Amino acid sequence: MNEQIIGLIWQGIAETFYMVTVSTVFAYLIGIPLGVILNITGTNGIRPARALNLAVGFIINVIRSVPFLILLVAILPFTRLIAGTTIGSTATIVPLVVAAAPFVARMVESSLKEVDAGVIEAAKAMGSSDWQIIWKVLLAEARPSLAVGGVIAFTTILGYSAMAGFVGGGGLGAIAVNYGYYRYKTDVMLITVAVLVIIVQVFQEAGIYIVNRLDKRINKS
Amino acid sequence: MIRLENITKTFKVKGNEITAVKDVSLHIKKGEIFGIIGFSGAGKSTLVRCMNLLELPTAGSVFFDGHDLVKAGSKELRDYRKKIGMIFQQFNLLEQRTVIANVCYPLELIGLRKKEAVSRARELLRIVDLSDKELSYPSQLSGGQKQRVAIARALATNPEVLLCDEATSALDPLTTRGVLSLIEKINKELGVTIVVITHEMKVVEQICSRVAVMNKGVVEETGTVKDIFLNPKSDTGRKLVLSGDDKSVPQSDKETIRIVFDGISSYEPVFANLILETGVKLNIMGANTEDIGGSAYGQILIERPDEASTELIRKYLNKAGVGFEELPALGKK
Repeated sequence: MNEQIIGLIWQGIAETFYMVTVSTVFAYLIGIPLGVILNITGTNGIRPARALNLAVGFIINVIRSVPFLILLVAILPFTRLIAGTTIGSTATIVPLVVAAAPFVARMVESSLKEVDAGVIEAAKAMGSSDWQIIWKVLLAEARPSLAVGGVIAFTTILGYSAMAGFVGGGGLGAIAVNYGYYRYKTDVMLITVAVLVIIVQVFQEAGIYIVNRLDKRINKS
Repeated sequence: MIRLENITKTFKVKGNEITAVKDVSLHIKKGEIFGIIGFSGAGKSTLVRCMNLLELPTAGSVFFDGHDLVKAGSKELRDYRKKIGMIFQQFNLLEQRTVIANVCYPLELIGLRKKEAVSRARELLRIVDLSDKELSYPSQLSGGQKQRVAIARALATNPEVLLCDEATSALDPLTTRGVLSLIEKINKELGVTIVVITHEMKVVEQICSRVAVMNKGVVEETGTVKDIFLNPKSDTGRKLVLSGDDKSVPQSDKETIRIVFDGISSYEPVFANLILETGVKLNIMGANTEDIGGSAYGQILIERPDEASTELIRKYLNKAGVGFEELPALGKK
């Protein structure tokens, strides 16, 4: 294999990391507030609001139902509006965020649901405001579970980003598609797939290791 | 300190209305340890949650220091809650925070600077005797230690009242005693008014001055612990006194006399003297007494002898200042 291809793969790795990391960050910036809204407006939340809860839930479900490849194409005008182009790594970030944010919102919602209702009640009894409960109790107590969600979100977005290679996205997915699929360079395709497998493995294992260190509920005397 | 007026709380469960608390009025005085006792499902937890408005009463008023909490705005209510500490059966500590950070939590709410908060938290941990556990996490503590942390946390903002919702129900008897002594110490030394919710007569006996007996959402009787222990007027009160405990005194199918020890010196051999002085051969049907810090608590149930002997027993017990009650045979009420 020539140096050109190796250089290409390194570049693909860098692009993939760029897309996936930035997308994960934005997906969380949108997903955390949505997840918090879903949690606190739920029946057993600290601010029940049925209509808002159903409305947000409905929008999230709709976006999550659309297959990623369709979504990718459907929002091209929006992508152009935000990124100025529809081709390349930066442009791919837009659909990745749109697809991942609702998914992240659901994971945040379920992480927050794990926080013991008694602890929230105790916080209320101490005179906490809703904001203080959200920051200091819900999000703080759910930290380990949120981090597990983060690892899952990162690897899922990594999978989506590879798909974006079909419609002009960048990164390892684009290399696999352009060289492996269109030009029948099976070796290049196998290498990119192997690299993706390694990235997922490393992130999954390292992520879970860090989460376990983070969680204070596990008895370590 | 806390006055409840005609509190009613109903819950809607799947279209059915369930009344957990029915028209309850109570007055808890400053500086006392007030017990609310009843079997599970009596509505006592709901009632105590109405005191700091964790449950909004369906009807009625909650006065704290003369202010109606039901009418207070949300900011005002949060400020009142800082003056009403609360501890729970399940401790409800923040699992991801260290012991000291848990105690600091309410201090963060009032905007205390970190350094001051930590030094105040240390002082509180000293009071509850947990100075060496400062940097432990709740999962590393025993139940009794967790409840001590919860107490320190509840006391951080210098509350005037401490609500204890079944605070010792998840603890073993020895730990229970330790936690109760601590609560008593807080009442005596810091002057904090205390409300204790429990289903155990033992708890009420050990620390409460007055008690309300609850059943099916209603307060059946209120009085000093001594009165209710000696002479329970309500059915629930009687059941709780006679058998509300794991070490229950069996009721008998014979006529009996219930001799009650409510804190007389345990160094005095009252029972032996009773036999020696009256010369009556007593038959013990059941007993449940405990020595708590040199005072005897509990009761002994003896078979009622003939009238002449019973008269001797009455005279002796009255002279010795020991409470008693003559009970009819079970089923012949």
